[in-house]
Amino acid sequence: MSSRERILGRVRRALADVPRDEPPYEEAVARDYLREHGARSAEETVALLAENLADYRALVHRCGADELPSLLARLLAERKAATVLVPPGLDEAWLTETEVARVADRVESGAHELDRVDSVVTACAVAVAETGTIVLDGGPDQGRRRITLVPDHHICVVRVPEQVVSSVPQALERLDPARPLTWISGPSATSDIELDRVEGVHGPRTLEVILVG
Amino acid sequence: MSGTFVGMPAFPKAAHEAVGNQTLRANLRHATHTIRAKRAAAVAEVSDWAELREAGKRIKDHTLRHLDRYLVQLEESVTAAGGVVHWAADADEANRIVADLVKETGESEVVKVKSMATQEIGLNEALEAEGIRAYETDLAELIVQLGKDRPSHILVPAIHRNRGEIRDIFAREMSEWGRPAPEGLTDTPAELADAARLHLREKFLRAKVGVSGANFMVAETGTLVVVESEGNGRMCLTLPETLISVVGIEKIVPTWRDLEVFLQTLPRSSTAERMNPYTSTWTGTTDGDGPRTFHLVLLDNGRTDTLADEVGRQALRCIRCSACLNVCPVYERAGGHAYGSVYPGPIGAILSPQLRGTGSEIDASLPYASSLCGACYEVCPVAIDIPEVLVHLRERVVQGGPVTREGNKVVLKPAKGHGAERAAMRAARWAFGRPGALRAGQRLASRTRRLHPRTLPGPGRAWSGTRDLPVVPAEPFRDWWQRTNGGTGDEGTAK
Ligand code: SF4
Repeated sequence: MSSRERILGRVRRALADVPRDEPPYEEAVARDYLREHGARSAEETVALLAENLADYRALVHRCGADELPSLLARLLAERKAATVLVPPGLDEAWLTETEVARVADRVESGAHELDRVDSVVTACAVAVAETGTIVLDGGPDQGRRRITLVPDHHICVVRVPEQVVSSVPQALERLDPARPLTWISGPSATSDIELDRVEGVHGPRTLEVILVG
Repeated sequence: MSGTFVGMPAFPKAAHEAVGNQTLRANLRHATHTIRAKRAAAVAEVSDWAELREAGKRIKDHTLRHLDRYLVQLEESVTAAGGVVHWAADADEANRIVADLVKETGESEVVKVKSMATQEIGLNEALEAEGIRAYETDLAELIVQLGKDRPSHILVPAIHRNRGEIRDIFAREMSEWGRPAPEGLTDTPAELADAARLHLREKFLRAKVGVSGANFMVAETGTLVVVESEGNGRMCLTLPETLISVVGIEKIVPTWRDLEVFLQTLPRSSTAERMNPYTSTWTGTTDGDGPRTFHLVLLDNGRTDTLADEVGRQALRCIRCSACLNVCPVYERAGGHAYGSVYPGPIGAILSPQLRGTGSEIDASLPYASSLCGACYEVCPVAIDIPEVLVHLRERVVQGGPVTREGNKVVLKPAKGHGAERAAMRAARWAFGRPGALRAGQRLASRTRRLHPRTLPGPGRAWSGTRDLPVVPAEPFRDWWQRTNGGTGDEGTAK
């Protein structure tokens, strides 16, 4: 007997007490929890996102669409970045005002190459106000997961208010589980040493979020 | 199964030794009290906590009660998404599967993201025996691994180490494993974290094989979820060419939507955050992004035996948040190591004896490592009634009865007069013999009065059989004493 059959057999014997007419999945769980916490206008939702992002030590900026190229240029200059990694489908217009050398992400670029790049600029799939979270889904303007992981400085652009939802349930509704997702809430952190929170262990130690719109 | 620390003394002895260690006690007390207060604040932020908790409980219960169906569905969806599913009945089989998969790649080292399941089966040691080196990459796991130590907490495995000890371990051991610690390393947490970043980065960048667990697996879509803080999980899940995930069969949820409950309750219960810094989800493999090969090893190792127990099976709802550890007065004093398993604290006290049976003294004594105060139940985000299971397991240790071991029904002999019973009684005396443990216990006991049996279970039965147990008063005496300033009616001076 294979282990598959053995385990499934054990499970079935273990559940001999479960009646056949148990309520189906749809009825087994009361979904009486909230879809979102509190009622907010679109602008208030964006403000809450900004507040919660900052609370987890992301650096938050707001600007209009026409100001984005100059803001990106300024942030990269302040960081003294010499190179910036760019996902293949990033809006060309965003980086028209910066002099910083662009590095395209190629499938064959290895982790060591990415490690030498100073900064990365991406868009996002959705942002969650209540938790201060941005979610990347590997879309063309976000790129492969590794490009937002290895460099030490990540600038993420969120289009507001259309990419912002209030809550985790609303975010899951918008996302496609077939895509690899990365949920980011502030820069990487650890509390492993005496429960003191220290920002920046393995992921980018600086996370900047630009709310555009 | 593997995972019983060899030669582990029964709970009371190990706990007694821990209590004598002042550093350990101070570290634990500081840590558990800090996180306890933070968790309460994070939970208070969401007005529908009770509903989320109930939904989490029901999702897990429903899944467990139809686990065969969901396992088959998960296998289909993972396979359809490009993954390969393996089934492991016990620790040895899981270890062999992983070792063979690593060997097939031709590699002799793997990077690992913290996973309770791989600790439970002793994977690192099994790989070592096959000439494969497993590098732990979670900061706390790194501290434990470099210190040749054992984890003592689910979430913060090095909670028993203070910064000075960590500095010494890094300075002494890092060079043995790779990049040495920087010269003049101090004990500030930021510098220590930076030393770990540098030490591990070279390993991430060259890693060809990653090994992980998972917090959740979605049957409907075949998606796996890893919730973490440091980014080492992302490194292990996305940089290697081959990813091997070892996951207990109880980690399934039916649908993608179900994550909306747990992604709200888990971070708040565990690190007391609205959301943890990183959550990764992946479904099979993705062209051009992440590992090209993905293996999922589904682990039984005593879980189906636990499932066969109608009272005890609720332990399988656990999402390993560790909230119950942080509120437990016995854990706070005994420390994680006293539980003799990778699962310490209240959840360990009900999980280890079920996964492993109560054959050893440590496992027989674990159900007694509690004053039944009920604090664990109150904080549990999936409402596991830990006191109820403890009482049930005590009865079973003392009276014996039918249990399932490795899929077979067997009848356990009563422990009467055996070493197991003596160990159990010592554990009970130990838990009740701590004035502090008892005080915190009593306070919470009154909030959970309905949980308390009118006759003492197990060894207490002979005694309580002829006496009515005193009913736990609505307000415990000590609280009343403090509130009324010793009965003088001078209220407001409590604390
Ligand atoms: S038993 Fe409950 S509180 Fe304890 S770790 Fe598991 S889920 Fe968390």
